Amino acid sequence: MSQTDSSNRAPLVRVENLTKHFSVRIGAYGETKATVHALDEVSFDVRRGETLGLVGESGCGKSTAGLTLLQLHRPTSGKVYFEEKEVTGLSEKEMRPLRRRMQIIFQDPYSTLSPRMTIGNAIGEPLWLHELASGREAQERISRLLNDVGLNPAFAFRYPHEFSGGQRQRVCIARALACEPEFIVCDEPISALDVSIQAQIINLLQDLQEEYDLTYLFIAHDLAVVRHISDRVAVMYLGRVVEMAPKERLFDNPLHPYTNALLLSVPVPNPRQERQREHIVIQGNVPSAISPPSGCRFHPRCPLAFEPCDHVVPEWREAEPGHWVACHAV
Amino acid sequence: MSVLLDVQDLQTRFQVRKGYVYAVNGVSFQLDQGDTLAVVGESGCGKSVTMLSLVRLLPPAASIENGQVLLRGEDLLQLNLRQLRDVRGGEIGMIFQDPMTSLNPFINIGTQMAEPLIYHRGMSKSEALARSAELLGMVGIPDGEARLREYPHQFSGGMRQRVMIAMSMSCEPAVLIADEPTTALDVTIQAQIVELVKELRDRSGVAVIWITHDLSVVAGIADRVIVMYAGYIVEEAPVDALFEDPRHPYTVGLMGALPSLAGETGTRLTTIGGSPPDLVDLPDFCPFHPRCPYAIDRCRKENPMLEPVIDASDGGHRAACWVDIREVELEAGAAAGSV
Repeated sequence: MSQTDSSNRAPLVRVENLTKHFSVRIGAYGETKATVHALDEVSFDVRRGETLGLVGESGCGKSTAGLTLLQLHRPTSGKVYFEEKEVTGLSEKEMRPLRRRMQIIFQDPYSTLSPRMTIGNAIGEPLWLHELASGREAQERISRLLNDVGLNPAFAFRYPHEFSGGQRQRVCIARALACEPEFIVCDEPISALDVSIQAQIINLLQDLQEEYDLTYLFIAHDLAVVRHISDRVAVMYLGRVVEMAPKERLFDNPLHPYTNALLLSVPVPNPRQERQREHIVIQGNVPSAISPPSGCRFHPRCPLAFEPCDHVVPEWREAEPGHWVACHAV
Repeated sequence: MSVLLDVQDLQTRFQVRKGYVYAVNGVSFQLDQGDTLAVVGESGCGKSVTMLSLVRLLPPAASIENGQVLLRGEDLLQLNLRQLRDVRGGEIGMIFQDPMTSLNPFINIGTQMAEPLIYHRGMSKSEALARSAELLGMVGIPDGEARLREYPHQFSGGMRQRVMIAMSMSCEPAVLIADEPTTALDVTIQAQIVELVKELRDRSGVAVIWITHDLSVVAGIADRVIVMYAGYIVEEAPVDALFEDPRHPYTVGLMGALPSLAGETGTRLTTIGGSPPDLVDLPDFCPFHPRCPYAIDRCRKENPMLEPVIDASDGGHRAACWVDIREVELEAGAAAGSV
C-alpha cells in the first residue's frame, strides 16, 4: 500500500542522465537518416518499497525509460544503478541474475502471452529459466501464484484465449512475480482494460506490493490512476522529465507549467465542478522527437515562456526539498 | 424542447456460428433538439452497436430485429438505402474513435472533405473546397486552403480528429454521433477536442450523442446520460442526478472504480467483481446480478424493466433494478469482489 513517507528510504534503482536515441530512416524511400530523441538526460530514483509514477502523453519516452532502465534497450549514454551497483555496460550473461530481480508487466495482455502455451507454462517459464524450481515444487509455486493473483489454480492447464483481458493481465502479473522480483516496471498495465477491471488490477497490484514488499515504476498516461497508486510522481515531456515530487505536492502544487496544463486537461467526474472549473486548454500538439524544440522542449506551447526558454535548456534542480523541476519560470 | 430522435425498443443481434449474440436488447431513448446525450458502458455493452443501428451502419452479420428509430417522426429503419444515404452524413453526422483509420490515406483531405458537401449540398467542387477550408478554420486548423492539399499522414491524431469533426459537421446535421472520439487521444488533446465539440454544439445547436467508457468526460459535456450493460439500458438520468444520486448498482460500481484527481488517496478502489457476461442468450434474469453486491432472489428470476426511480430528484431518472439500493447497507468490503 502507499507509503506516504518514503523519503528516507534508500534508492533501489537509480537512473543518471539516461539517454536513448534511436536511428531511423525517414522520407518516402528511407533516404534520410534521422535520430529520435526518445530519452534525454533523464535522472530519477525509485526507493525501496515505493511506487514511482511516470506520466506523460504518448511518445514522451516513458515506456522507453522503463525499457532502457531494465537494459532491454541499451542506453545511448547515462547510467542505471540497481542497489547502487551499475548495471549499464553489463553483458547479457552478467545481467541475467539481475533480471530475476527486475521484472516488467506490459500494457497489452493479449499480445504478451503466447497463445500456444498454457498459462501454467507461461507462469512457470521464469522458474525453469532461472532454475528456481522444477517438477512438483514448480507446480506448487504456479498454483500459489495463480491463487495470489486471484485466479483458480485449476486454470493452469488452460490457454490464454479462454481468458478475458483482466484475467490475462492477472496471468502476466503472476508471471512477473514468479521469480520473486524486488522491482517491477508496470508499463501501462491497465490501459487496455475496462474501468471496472482496471480497479481490480490496481487493487491487486497494491495488495501484492504490500505482501511481497515490491517496488514499482508505474508508467501510465492516466493522471488519476497515477495519483491513486503512486508515492512519488515524475512527469515526462518529449524525452525529458520536467517535474518530480511526492504525489500530494505534485498534484496540489505543480510547479512546471506542463504539469499544470496536464492536470487542467483531466476531466473531473463531477458535473457541477466541471461546469465551474476554468477550462484552460493547452494549445498545439506535442512536437516530433526527431527534431525537438531547442532550449526547453515545452516552450512552443508554454504560457509562461520568456526570453531564455527557447535556447537554454532549463536545469534539473530541487526547487523545494524532494520537489524537482526543470523550468526557467519557477 | 421538442423530441428530435425517438428510439423505441431497438433490438440488434449478430449471427455467430453457434447462434446469436444479443448486442442490443430493447433500447429506447429520446434525444431533444440541441441536447447532449452521453452513452456510457464498458466494451461489449452494446453502446456502439446501438448507435450504429440508428443509421444501419452494421456489419453483415448483424441484423436489427425490432424497433423504430424516428427522426422527426420518420422511421429510419424503414428507409431504403438511397433515402438512408441522405440521412447519413446529411441529417446525422458521425465521428469515430480512431481518426487514423477513418480517413482514406490515398486521398487528400480536401477531396475527402468536399465529398459530402457535393453529395448532400449539391455544391460544385470549388465551392465545396472553399467551404472545407472555412470548416478547417472553424475546428482550429489554420491555413486551411494549403492543408486541404495534404494527406492524412501529414496530420497528427488530434488534427485528424478535428478533420473528422469538420467533415461530420459540414452538412449541418441535426444529430452528431460521436463514438468514443477522444479515446485514442492524449489527455491534453482530449481536452481540446471536448472543448471544440462543446463550442460547435453551442454555436450550431446540433444534438450530440457522445459514446464513451469514461465517466469523467461525461460530467463535462452531457445533459443526460444513459448507462448500458449487456445490451440493456440500466440507468438513465440527467447528468447531475446520475453523479449525485446513482440508483443502479452498476453505475455505483463504475463510479467507485474511478480514481479521481481530488479526494482521498491511499484508499482502495471499490471494484465490480467478475467480468461482463457473454450475450449468447437473452437472459430471463438481471444480467448484472452475478456481479451485483445488492442482488436478491428476484434478480435471479426476473429481468427488471427500466422504470422511473422512487423519490427522483429530477424527472427522467430511470433505472432497471429490483432493489432500492439506498435502503441497503452493504457490509464493508462487500462491493470489493474478486474473480
